[in-house]
Amino acid sequence: MSILPTTRRRGADDATDRRLPPREGEVIDRRRTVGFTWNGTRYTGHPGDTIVSALAAAGERVFSRSYKYHRPRGLLTASYLDPGTMVQVGDEPNVRGAHRLLTPGLEVSSQNTWPSLRFDVKAVNGLAERFLATGFYYKTFIKPERLWPAYEKVLRTFVHAGEVPPDTDRGYYDKRHAHPDVVVAGGGPAGMAAAVAAARAGASVMLVEEEHQLGGHLRWGGPGDRAALRDLRAQVAAQPGIEVLTDSVVAARYDDNWIPIVQRSLPGVDERLIKARAGALVVAPGLIERPYVFAGNDLPGVVLSTAVRRLINLWAVQPGQRAVVLTANPEGDAAIADLEDAGVEVAAVVDARRGETITAAHGRQGVRAVELGDGSRVEADLLVTAVGWTAPTSLLNQSGDNPVYDPRTARFRPDPARMPEDVLAAGGIVGEGDVAQVVEHADAVGREAARRALRTAGTAVTVPDLAVADHPELFTNGTGGFVDLSEDVSAKDIITAAAEGYDSVELVKRYTTATMGPGQGKLETVNTVAVLAEATGSTIAETGTTTWRPMYAPVTLGALAGRPREPVRYSPMQPWHERHGAVPLVAGQWIRPDHYGDPAGEVTAVRTAVGLIDVTPIGKLDLRGPDVPELLELLYVNKWQKLGVGRVRYGVMCAEDGVVLDDGVTGRLGEQHYLMSTTSSGAAAVWEWAERWLQTARPQWQVHVTPVTTAYASINVAGPRSRELLGRLTDLDLGSESFGYMSVRTGTVAGVADCVLWRIGFTGELSFEVHVPAAYGLHVWEQLMAAGEDLGVRPFGVEAQRVLRLEKGHAIVGQDTDGLTQGFSAGVDELIKLDKPDFVGKPELVWQHGRDTHPRLVGLRTLDGTIVPPEASQILDRAGGIAGRVTSSRMSPTLGRSIGLAQLDRELAAVGTRVTVRLPDGRDVVAEVTDRVHVDPEGERQRV
Amino acid sequence: MMLLPCPWCGPRNAGEFKYAGEGGARPDPATTTPEEWRRYLYFHANTRGWVTESWYHGAGCRRWLVVERHTLTHEVREVRDAVQVAREGAR
Repeated sequence: MSILPTTRRRGADDATDRRLPPREGEVIDRRRTVGFTWNGTRYTGHPGDTIVSALAAAGERVFSRSYKYHRPRGLLTASYLDPGTMVQVGDEPNVRGAHRLLTPGLEVSSQNTWPSLRFDVKAVNGLAERFLATGFYYKTFIKPERLWPAYEKVLRTFVHAGEVPPDTDRGYYDKRHAHPDVVVAGGGPAGMAAAVAAARAGASVMLVEEEHQLGGHLRWGGPGDRAALRDLRAQVAAQPGIEVLTDSVVAARYDDNWIPIVQRSLPGVDERLIKARAGALVVAPGLIERPYVFAGNDLPGVVLSTAVRRLINLWAVQPGQRAVVLTANPEGDAAIADLEDAGVEVAAVVDARRGETITAAHGRQGVRAVELGDGSRVEADLLVTAVGWTAPTSLLNQSGDNPVYDPRTARFRPDPARMPEDVLAAGGIVGEGDVAQVVEHADAVGREAARRALRTAGTAVTVPDLAVADHPELFTNGTGGFVDLSEDVSAKDIITAAAEGYDSVELVKRYTTATMGPGQGKLETVNTVAVLAEATGSTIAETGTTTWRPMYAPVTLGALAGRPREPVRYSPMQPWHERHGAVPLVAGQWIRPDHYGDPAGEVTAVRTAVGLIDVTPIGKLDLRGPDVPELLELLYVNKWQKLGVGRVRYGVMCAEDGVVLDDGVTGRLGEQHYLMSTTSSGAAAVWEWAERWLQTARPQWQVHVTPVTTAYASINVAGPRSRELLGRLTDLDLGSESFGYMSVRTGTVAGVADCVLWRIGFTGELSFEVHVPAAYGLHVWEQLMAAGEDLGVRPFGVEAQRVLRLEKGHAIVGQDTDGLTQGFSAGVDELIKLDKPDFVGKPELVWQHGRDTHPRLVGLRTLDGTIVPPEASQILDRAGGIAGRVTSSRMSPTLGRSIGLAQLDRELAAVGTRVTVRLPDGRDVVAEVTDRVHVDPEGERQRV
Repeated sequence: MMLLPCPWCGPRNAGEFKYAGEGGARPDPATTTPEEWRRYLYFHANTRGWVTESWYHGAGCRRWLVVERHTLTHEVREVRDAVQVAREGAR
């Protein structure tokens, strides 16, 4: 295929200069120029120019290709909302070219320009129309499934977005929390007046404006508007209580005025998300000019009257040479005056108020001629429409108001009476009137907002009515055209969707994707509704609108994510681990050693000599009070009343549904003083659980719970020589007579007083768990390592501990159990004391025991001991169905073969049963059910 | 995000709290039936209107609270410490 441009390529060297002589209200600084590139060609503009205004000043008219049909698109609104001017800037995609200000050296390129920006390829349109018909998401590219990779390639070519190169810098995004009394959304005349009035009443105010300057439409108005703007800006500047945020947007309104504000154009920060909790919100976004739907309405050169006024008055850009203007309101009339003032020949004025109309715009790369309602044809390169306004009511909808369509003004209007106390509206969204009237109204609204936010005594401010001008209803002339330029949805698509039965606006939206583009329907929704209403023979009011959900404006993921703020926890021994080659393991918030390079060797060290593991993340709760035994009896499934001082006991907790919640040992340090340990991940939940029962169910019990997880550094000294090692650093008698298995002592270790030691056996070896006041954790660890050098002491990590406990058959809650595993399926049958009068979850466990149909936790060994089935491998029943799964599986260095634990259906759970294990690769292997304890079933090693 | 008026900490973002739902009375474990017990565990009226529910102020005072909230408007008409409510109930 040869790709030949049908129009001569224009670069900067032969561009037409469209820059007008200096204008009164222009925002560009002509004394300086800014160089940038557009698709590789050098251009210049002035500070204050947007990318698009600079390109338009150089005579460029086409900025993108459309989403589906790849039609050339120019500017429409010359604002943030402009659907056809999304560009790539360096490595940043989807930049609003009509909003982003020029800075020196920008590398700007067009997006989605396959096959090229200027190439007018009818074949593309034909291809697109064939495959991307109405509702194509649901029709094409579905079958046959085997062609999906091919479809993906085709769709990739069409995809409508920029590119994020893999080496893109992650950027710096920020968050801020704020508590302003009043947030004003919109910095036009109404917003400025409301902000000033609220600030004068003593309120702190955030005045948020999407554009780069305050002023709204006054900025591109006549001399009177400019004078009013100067006055209002001076008033804003005189109020220190107003924080002005430009190039920022109120993205949503949530309950109780929780308001996200996205701030752009900040030094040193890509974007900042302000989370504001405002006393009152004043919604003053003004009005958005609505495009007109007709054949050819997406051609470059078809523009809104506000776009023309902005181009001429803000950036001194002549938008075309010969114009046809379709006007139905004063803004359109003002655009005619501006055009004439800018030297544009106004070839025809079509006044819709007199019933005049246009039929279609013709051209290929841009408007060449306009066909009028009377059948005449006018040569023109510019067609300006001024057919009405859309009130961007999103923030009011999100506040609970549902604006209603008013045919007299041809727009949806809010009902102030239905808005919550803390939300008010001002400006064009409420009504029109001249600047003085808008300011007077907004001034009252601002005072009232301050009164409500500050809860000032006294009566409500009387807010004057704001006049609303009648406007003819003009949405479409029925000749076709596009209702959504972002999503390339035509009027025909809406009509087709209605004919296919998608006749509600919510269905049409999803079926056609109309209003789902970057503009979120601000330009498109009302036209979509109007076309649908016509197609279904109902009124606009009956048809209604889609739901205006947050966000009001597109928000980058970076702004939402902000800086990484997840807390990370390390034990006091972390510096030692890092110096000794520990491989880190992320365990919830904790970073802890997984191993030190040789987990199997670490296991052997514990079995034959002595090892140290840092178990600081184990949850620890200090329990005090006379009723602690009652609490333990309630939370654990086993018995606690007879636990003597100096003893520890292992316990399992279930929830009220009988599902295993947590486990750990609890020791009795004194008459009314206990230390409870929990799983590392369960520490917070168990604390909350204990508080829940104490506060909501047993308020009469005297128990005080204090979390002490990080108050102690915890070290498990495990192995046959652990007593010898620890004995070198403490005066405590560690002999088996005086410090027996499952006992607790407090004393001094390595010179550190108030250590808690308990003798337990998670690893299956003689072991002492030492809880050291956290500040001394590293000291005690280093002392133990030094003192044990001749004993062969080694540090071991979580991996070795997992192997050791698996050899011993100890289950891990959450690994060998899941969210449905009730107590008797966790291998702790002998622990569950159903003769206790009550404990949490008891009824369910009584029933589980009575039914006796539950899965069991069993030991499992593959016949071929070299095969280690991956955890979560399925276990098959006789019929080939699923009978269980492998929950833990490792190669045992002690036994020299693989061992495992499994959840298995009762029928197959008897020791000696042979079962089939299906590995993830599809192979089946045979395994035998065994006792859970693989090493030292008699427990001799831990009791010595 | 709505605000919850904590009786100890003042108005705070709902994100500081854990929602624990409508609290039903715990049946007597000695005499309960599976039907009754599972109604206690799983059945919620999901009322449109005023509900009494439990919230835990985990990022604040760590107190369990009994909140009377309107599910449609989020209006909160009463918040009390769970201990106070439980003691009254026990009387």
